[in-house]
Amino acid sequence: MAISPAGDPFENPRAINGRAPDVFTEGGWVPMRHYRDEEEVDFAIVGTGAGGGTLAARLAEKGFSVVALDAGPYFRPMEDFASDETAQNQLYWMDPRIVAGDTPLTMGGKNSGKAVGGSTVHFAMVSLRFRPEWFKSRSLMGYGADWPIDWREMWQYYAEAERALSISGPVSYPWGPKRPRYPYRSHPINAAGMILAKGAEAQGYEWTPTPLATVSAPRGKSHPCVYRGWCRFGCSTNAKQSALVVWIPRAITAGAEIRDLAMVGKVEVNGAGKATGVHYHREGRWRFQRARNVVVAGYAVETPRLLLMSATDRFPDGLANSSGLVGKNFMTQPNQAVFGDVEEEIRWNKAPPSTTITEHWNYCDRKDFFGGYCWMGQGPLPIEWATVQVGARGVWGEQLWRDMQNYNHQVGVKLVGECMPDEKNRVTLVTDEKDQYGLPITRITFSLGENDKALIAHGLDQMQQSMQLAGVRNLFRQDNDYNHLGGTARMGDDPRTSVVNADCRSWDLPNLGVCDGSGFPTVGGGNPHLTIHAIALRTADRIEALAKRGEL
Amino acid sequence: MTARYPGYDVLAKRHTLSWNEATRRVVDKRLAVPREPRFLTTDEWATLRAVCDRILPQPKDRPPVPIAAYVDDKLLENKIDGYRDAEMPHQGEAWRIALAALDGHAREAHSRRFHELAAAEQDALLTRMQKGELSGDAWQGMPSRKFFAKRVLHDITNAYYAHPTAWSEMGFAGPAAPRGYVRMDANQHDPWEAAEAHPGREAEALAKNKRVV
Ligand SMILES: Cc1cc2nc3c(=O)[nH]c(=O)nc-3n(C[C@H](O)[C@H](O)[C@H](O)COP(=O)(O)OP(=O)(O)OC[C@H]3O[C@@H](n4cnc5c(N)ncnc54)[C@H](O)[C@@H]3O)c2cc1C
Ligand code: SF4
Repeated sequence: MAISPAGDPFENPRAINGRAPDVFTEGGWVPMRHYRDEEEVDFAIVGTGAGGGTLAARLAEKGFSVVALDAGPYFRPMEDFASDETAQNQLYWMDPRIVAGDTPLTMGGKNSGKAVGGSTVHFAMVSLRFRPEWFKSRSLMGYGADWPIDWREMWQYYAEAERALSISGPVSYPWGPKRPRYPYRSHPINAAGMILAKGAEAQGYEWTPTPLATVSAPRGKSHPCVYRGWCRFGCSTNAKQSALVVWIPRAITAGAEIRDLAMVGKVEVNGAGKATGVHYHREGRWRFQRARNVVVAGYAVETPRLLLMSATDRFPDGLANSSGLVGKNFMTQPNQAVFGDVEEEIRWNKAPPSTTITEHWNYCDRKDFFGGYCWMGQGPLPIEWATVQVGARGVWGEQLWRDMQNYNHQVGVKLVGECMPDEKNRVTLVTDEKDQYGLPITRITFSLGENDKALIAHGLDQMQQSMQLAGVRNLFRQDNDYNHLGGTARMGDDPRTSVVNADCRSWDLPNLGVCDGSGFPTVGGGNPHLTIHAIALRTADRIEALAKRGEL
Repeated sequence: MTARYPGYDVLAKRHTLSWNEATRRVVDKRLAVPREPRFLTTDEWATLRAVCDRILPQPKDRPPVPIAAYVDDKLLENKIDGYRDAEMPHQGEAWRIALAALDGHAREAHSRRFHELAAAEQDALLTRMQKGELSGDAWQGMPSRKFFAKRVLHDITNAYYAHPTAWSEMGFAGPAAPRGYVRMDANQHDPWEAAEAHPGREAEALAKNKRVV
């Protein structure tokens, strides 16, 4: 692990004694409000990623007292991030998990984050809105489950999220209802992105520069993107508008306290059935932070894990689980790809991995399966690319060594597709194996359904046709890759079929909420973070409104 | 050996704007990993080295990437992947079981240890492992197919492609921070990227690669 002169971010917490790391200066600090454990704060938030980080900032800005805890370290990207695939596994949730089912998933590196800022520290920044109909997929399209929120309301919050994250995007977006101009101009298209455009045009499909959460011009202390292409391993220039550089500084300025290396192991509930605070492990011991409200935002594996681990005599199946749905309907997104090579030098490691995208099959319904998908440009780095070679083609030996040298001529496209919710896919606790905190680890059971398989087959055919038309040779398919998680604490209108309501409050314990990717009833056919952001922004507004009415 | 990026050495950029201090630290540490086993026994080590040589055979005219040492280091330091297939034991145990089992299969078929076999014999056994055809008590219930995919291919390729030598031979521009790239169109590259040799113009690429800054 990279130990910087300023100290090992994994050894001791950095955000203590009334100050927190300044993410914009090497070795720098900013003052931070400190709450004592005994002080009952308005909100204890578990997790500081797309959901938790955003909520912490907005609630603090509205005047609530907030302590946000994250199990991961507090990085200063410019001094702590190496340009190195192996070392940057330090961004990821690498604690033990068991995977099972017919389609056992690859977790760990490049799957979910463990850091202040959560998975946004390493995300690829693709910033999409849902297709409006997806918020009512059950009623309008006949599959999945309805969201308890209207798309027009979401459209407002998407716009707010796009402004807050200074999304760089095209002048006009080809699909869906009209949306406002993106705050920043789109990024230049790299050679790999041009191949996608060529293929899509040959198929008669629209494409566009990808809306990205990295700035194309200076913004505050963020420098513009330098096209180094290491985004999934952390952006060491702070161009990326992660929660770590956008929301966390806002939260601290507004008076929130962020606690790094603080693993929450249990939400405490009193005899009256109210959450009273969180038990967390920091600096070698278990502590208890009192809070009037608790919001869990640990992403779709850790959120249900915490709810299940917090079981009491009164709630023997875990908190917020009267529906029995905590941990169930676990979804990921198919992430299949088609790769090949071209005569020209592409050098796809340059620029963010996806500079162009087509959402054609999210908006076109001439297909015989439910849901949709988009596909986007790719730029895997050497270890990722070797993983594709051995995983998708099964090559090794002399041939692997030789084929890897074709790196600068490779290109490809990768889909992000919609997976159907299925109660059989779920996160459960493993009772006989504990992690380093002494907490039960999780078992993630996932099997593709028939609809998922049909979607994947369609997507692979379409992408292959596209690459062929673009003149890409020696095509092969990567048919076993998945990313993005959701569904394990779904929101809804009915306490019997959902875990939380539209305001992200649990039906069973009104002062316990869930605000992260787990709340998704359906995942749609696009990358999730902008929707998580929009929900968090809405939740903050709803909490403010409820508090004003004395209903919190 | 590889003439594709003649004379290109990603380490030559170590002191340029493409490498920050954090990168120098982690790469230096990797280059200093001891070349002897610290987790595996000498017997297991001999078998592992033979497996590495077949999964990623290396040219003889340059110092080898110490793949086995990196795998051993991962096991010693218990750098886990963040997930484990329900049918697989912990990584260290998995390697121990499989390396012993592989030797057992070699003895059974050829009356020699795995590392003493000819390359073709080794490849045949590895291919059977890839297909999941190796089984027996020695595997202790671990599916050999999963071991091949999740441990052999994963750990060995992750080790090899983490080394600057591997980056250089594939023409990968390597670390890039704080400096990124300016030229992003096809057939364009910045002076700090590797130049590819085109037939008849190898000298041109060599000259450029000697000046990569
Ligand atoms: C490689 C990669 C690329 C991606 N690219 C994109 C993209 O281009 N576009 C997009 O839209 N999405 C992308 N995503 C997905 C996106 O990053 C996530 O969906 C999103 O960040 C999830 O937000 P969240 O708030 O639910 O959880 P996270 O952002 O993961 O935050 C959860 C946080 O909670 C903390 N935590 C969990 N449990 C506990 C606990 N018990 N105690 C204390 N802390 C805890 C974790 O440490 C973590 O920091 C990508 C994901 C990956 C892995
Ligand atoms: S390409 Fe841009 S966003 Fe990605 S790591 Fe580099 S500077 Fe950051």
